[in-house]
Amino acid sequence: MALRDNQGRPLVAVTGMGVMTSLGQGKDDTWAALTAGRSGIRRISRFPTQGLRTTIAGTIDTVNAEPFCAPMLSEQLAMRAAEEAVGQSGLSVSDFPGALFMAVPPVEMEWPQREALAEASEEKGDVTYRDLLKAAETGQFRSWHDLFIFGTVADRVADRFGTKGSPISLSTACSSGATAIQLGVEAIRRGETDAALCIGTDGSVNPESLIRFSLLSALSTQNDVPEGASKPFSKNRDGFVMGEGGAALVLENADAAKARGATILGYVLGCGEKGDGFHRTRSSPDGMPAIMAIREALSDAGLAPDDIDYINAHGTSTPENDKMEAMSCTAVFGERMARLPISSNKSMIGHTLTAAGAVEAVMSLLTLAQGRIPPTINYKVPDPTIPLDVVPNEARDANVRYVLSNSFGFGGQNTCLVFGAEPKGA
Amino acid sequence: MHDVVITGIGIISAAGEGLEVHLDALTAGSPRTDTETFAPYPVHPVAVPDYDKQIPKKSDQRQMEAWQKLGCYAAGLALDAAGVKEDAQLKSRMHLIVAAGGGERDYAVDGQILTGLRQAENSGVFLNERLMGDLRPTLFLAQLSNLLAGNISIVHGVTGASRTFMGEESSGIDAIRIAHARIASGQNDIFLVGGAYNAERPDVLLIYEMGGFLWKKAHRPVWERPAEGGGMILGSGAAFLVMESREHAQARGAKPLASIAGIVSDRSRREPGTIEKAVRRQIDALGAKPDVVISGATGIKGLTDEEQRVLLDVLPNAAIHATSDVTGHLMEGQAPAGVALAAALIAREQSNEALVTSVGHWRGEGAVRLIKAN
Repeated sequence: MALRDNQGRPLVAVTGMGVMTSLGQGKDDTWAALTAGRSGIRRISRFPTQGLRTTIAGTIDTVNAEPFCAPMLSEQLAMRAAEEAVGQSGLSVSDFPGALFMAVPPVEMEWPQREALAEASEEKGDVTYRDLLKAAETGQFRSWHDLFIFGTVADRVADRFGTKGSPISLSTACSSGATAIQLGVEAIRRGETDAALCIGTDGSVNPESLIRFSLLSALSTQNDVPEGASKPFSKNRDGFVMGEGGAALVLENADAAKARGATILGYVLGCGEKGDGFHRTRSSPDGMPAIMAIREALSDAGLAPDDIDYINAHGTSTPENDKMEAMSCTAVFGERMARLPISSNKSMIGHTLTAAGAVEAVMSLLTLAQGRIPPTINYKVPDPTIPLDVVPNEARDANVRYVLSNSFGFGGQNTCLVFGAEPKGA
Repeated sequence: MHDVVITGIGIISAAGEGLEVHLDALTAGSPRTDTETFAPYPVHPVAVPDYDKQIPKKSDQRQMEAWQKLGCYAAGLALDAAGVKEDAQLKSRMHLIVAAGGGERDYAVDGQILTGLRQAENSGVFLNERLMGDLRPTLFLAQLSNLLAGNISIVHGVTGASRTFMGEESSGIDAIRIAHARIASGQNDIFLVGGAYNAERPDVLLIYEMGGFLWKKAHRPVWERPAEGGGMILGSGAAFLVMESREHAQARGAKPLASIAGIVSDRSRREPGTIEKAVRRQIDALGAKPDVVISGATGIKGLTDEEQRVLLDVLPNAAIHATSDVTGHLMEGQAPAGVALAAALIAREQSNEALVTSVGHWRGEGAVRLIKAN
């Protein structure tokens, strides 16, 4: 009998997962560190940090990317995560039988390249874009066009894995990884494809990206103890810590997956999203958009709030996000929220921005499979206005059947996903 | 499956504002061209609108750079045209897909930093100090790809949920494709879909000049450029469409302009002959029998000439127009603009069936088939 959800749509199974974070290469290393409560945040060594208010990040320094720049590192992280995920799924690694949905950081030329163009222009006086254009005209920098346009990272991944159709590169800011998964789920439910490769990647810890967030006062400045800086839900939280990461999920029509004898790692049961027109960086004070996104994800999954056993929080460690997220969850889950475990992977991995929703999806699915909830570390000073069970400092064994994963972003983006070990009623 | 119709269009470019001027420009020859500001690179400058008409708060305008203002403005025109602008409840469940790149930089600051870096004792430290001191904190919000959608949510109250697609020309066609699929499958009823592009900025000219894609001579129509070396002329502008299910349009008494009968989008490893094959295959796959083609052709040698060959061969009786000859190349906005022009021709009964093509300057091939709404 065909596997359908309660709305008659194909069930969406996860058959492969891969992840790269500052905690480790691959999901096993990352999961081991995450459940050991270890932090991947360290002092930035990639570039000089003198003069910066924030000098720490969860960088990935073990991966070569040449020329070094955000799109190249993001591509490498995506490739490795996808290799692990597609490899685990048992589907072809060069002729992947489905579409690619890919959350990539916005791309632009970076300072080393601008400097190279300025030098090539041989302008001795004031440098302007006119000089850079003169250098570009020589044709010496032809390959940088491809490197710095927005579709390239996904196109190269599509080429390597042989995914089908036009690959979609997307951004919904800090909920991008979750949106990539949502697009894959929708394509499978519509019957357009039996498989989708969904990826979130972000390797953009560079001076200008860091400074941009710093100028918006979004980053923690508690640099002295890097591993202690990201402290979601704590009273002394003071901003997020940038992280790098990549995560890939192979989604399949559950029927097709079972028919080919694939191991099913879990199910994406529901997706919810809601826009917020309140402000460019702040959420509606009443939390309604986040509340509606959570409710839509639950209802899309055919679940009631009481079914959820654990929440993988967006939990950025900014004063604003954590307060809003706690309020929204409490509105949905009621008094049970005081006992419902909610923890933030970002306390250890940092905020991997474009990748976060995908990285945290993989961790949510591992939580289901392993029956172990990763902690929120650095939880030493509870915030009395956030009276939640944040799984403080140490991982906890628990029977988890359904997980809610939250992702929220600048520009009024709210995307929530529900994962299950089995569909409800199975 | 639900029929998908277009019920509102907002468009602004070098040709001006609104459908009338754009349809006139289809046959008028060359669009307004600025050959001086960025010489030797011509651009088609947008006819700057009175932004107050669609973005009433100056505080909102100040938070945006030109690409966002153009997009927000065209989005407002589309909502007006569809008759939904005043329906807050409807807009709160309307979904949004935007095709976008990124926003403008502070060119003066970039130049000063590059000048200073040459003499700096420690270039990394110098860069940190200057960026920390000289960047406007809110400039980031005018650069982030998803903040055009964010601004449309704020200014126009379109808050179902937004997704931003990136990836040059392909993102424009894929935005329409995904909205179409979601409406056809019954997942959602109504969408605002489109893209915006500001060509009047040196950083984007730089990217395309590095790749050798820019036309540097006096203006020539798209189809004539390949024989003279080929190249594209970027244009500033924006195009947004209100797309909805036929039932939804009927229920609210909206008049459909045209129906989207099919849409295809793909990528290929390009070599000589690839474009010819791709366009031929897509015309076939769509079962297209258009009397008019609105082509997204760029003017690049090896692409535009191949596309033209197929169109003339397979569709000898169709009138063939190039969007770039009206607006300049709008990159992410090119496919939405092409669909806007095609839908307008059908709505005015100047066409029974139209084909919109999108052959990206570097990758991605797509096509949309539009037919009469009734």
